[in-house]
Amino acid sequence: MNTILNIEKISLSYHTKQGEIQALNSISFDVLDGEFIAIIGPSGCGKTSILSIIAGLIKPSGGKVFLFGNQISRPTESIGYMLQKDQLFPWRTIEKNALLPLELKGLSRDGEKRKNVEHLLKKYGLWEFRKSYPNQLSGGMRQRAALIRTLASSPKLLLLDEPFSALDYQTRLSVCDDVYDIIKREKKTAILVTHDISEAIALADRIIVLTKRPSKILNIHYIDTDKSVSPLKRRESKDFSSWFERLWRELNYEKA
Amino acid sequence: MKKHSEFSREHVLFLKKQRNTTLFVNSMRFIILIAFLALWELLATFNVIDSFLMSSPSRILTTIKNLIIADNLWLHVGTTLFETLAGFFIATFLGTLIAVALWWSENLRKILEPYLIVLNSLPKIALGPIIIVWFGSGIKSIIFMAIIITIIVTIITMQNAFLSTDDGKIMLLKSMGATKLQILTKLVIPSSLKSFISCLKINVGMAWIGSIMGEYLTSRQGIGYLIVYGGQVFKLDLVMASTVILCILAGVMYALVALAEKFLIKDK
Repeated sequence: MNTILNIEKISLSYHTKQGEIQALNSISFDVLDGEFIAIIGPSGCGKTSILSIIAGLIKPSGGKVFLFGNQISRPTESIGYMLQKDQLFPWRTIEKNALLPLELKGLSRDGEKRKNVEHLLKKYGLWEFRKSYPNQLSGGMRQRAALIRTLASSPKLLLLDEPFSALDYQTRLSVCDDVYDIIKREKKTAILVTHDISEAIALADRIIVLTKRPSKILNIHYIDTDKSVSPLKRRESKDFSSWFERLWRELNYEKA
Repeated sequence: MKKHSEFSREHVLFLKKQRNTTLFVNSMRFIILIAFLALWELLATFNVIDSFLMSSPSRILTTIKNLIIADNLWLHVGTTLFETLAGFFIATFLGTLIAVALWWSENLRKILEPYLIVLNSLPKIALGPIIIVWFGSGIKSIIFMAIIITIIVTIITMQNAFLSTDDGKIMLLKSMGATKLQILTKLVIPSSLKSFISCLKINVGMAWIGSIMGEYLTSRQGIGYLIVYGGQVFKLDLVMASTVILCILAGVMYALVALAEKFLIKDK
């Protein structure tokens, strides 16, 4: 498999009146095409900052990010960002929300791109609700609509910033399966940031564990659970609990 | 709507109770008004209160009738209405525009902040003499007064609305490569629509304050003029009648804004 994303020694410092805080310290890793990566670490360790840097929203203090060999300096269509809340605009219908990325690029009249969004809405059961407003939909469906919006500009890489954290536990498990299934079917590469160890194990091919601030990479684990079953099923396997224990200890040992 | 027969007994009772509450509230509102007017009229008829000082509903009605017959009521109403509407629309438009500029540039916001605070706390009537000197003793001064009273509130309300736009949504748009203008038009303005409507409601009141205050300072016609004139010549009937007309006009204007709200706001 090809490498699509290279992260080379990125570091990040915040400047406030009180002083300088180093958030990230020389983070490097590569992402392969079609891979699902999870980043976990103690809270406030700068996990989200990594995603913001990859998305081109903030400039790192040092280091470089390459997507398909091109350095990233500003947001690009090849990267889709999904945030903690679904962030659907309540005054737009589901269809209008999903078309938002095309509209921003002036492509909402592009027949092919439009068809793609319509196709996604049909394929993932939101076609009947295309004229509905977000508040008329359940949390799970809203998250699915948010994912379709992210997919509208046909990105290669998806950045997921704790996308399930605003949902209740029951919904979360099923939406997690749902989103994973869509990402796999659309053959996308994904980087997930989460504080939920079990979510990371259930979803990821690889888990990157960060230390507390200034964050370095503590470990990178290849998760060898059975990838042919759904994330929810993976939670039942024996490997799952041993992975959980191992990562939990790693994070807590780090905290002490 | 489902037919009644499809609901459970409990639900039918619930609906009935709700309807009864609405009926009760509405009839009480009406009864209070009627009782107040009747009491006023009776007390005046039996000379318990001095109708020269307190007027009475029948005298107010007669005054309004005379005003209409003498054929200058519409001139007064038209003048004040024009001043108020001009102040309302100009101030709302310019105020919102300035608020957009303040949202756009953080430096401009920081620079102008103390000036806005001072202008907001300054009683605008203090500017009356200056305004009259600048704009003359006529309708221009009155409209300017209405504008200056309304615009500051508009700027502050709309600036706060724009600035309270969800950061997560701004970040989402930025990650999609949106320009600042797109963030403004696709997100900031639509998400401030509710605040804009409540700003309009406040502005109705503000513009009326401005135009009536302006007429108190300098005018030859208008509802405010009638009130001041009535007070000066001790025609309390005229003062009361003008106040009643003012209540009706302000109420209608507020109702129109509330109607606009129903059309503009789709997501409940």
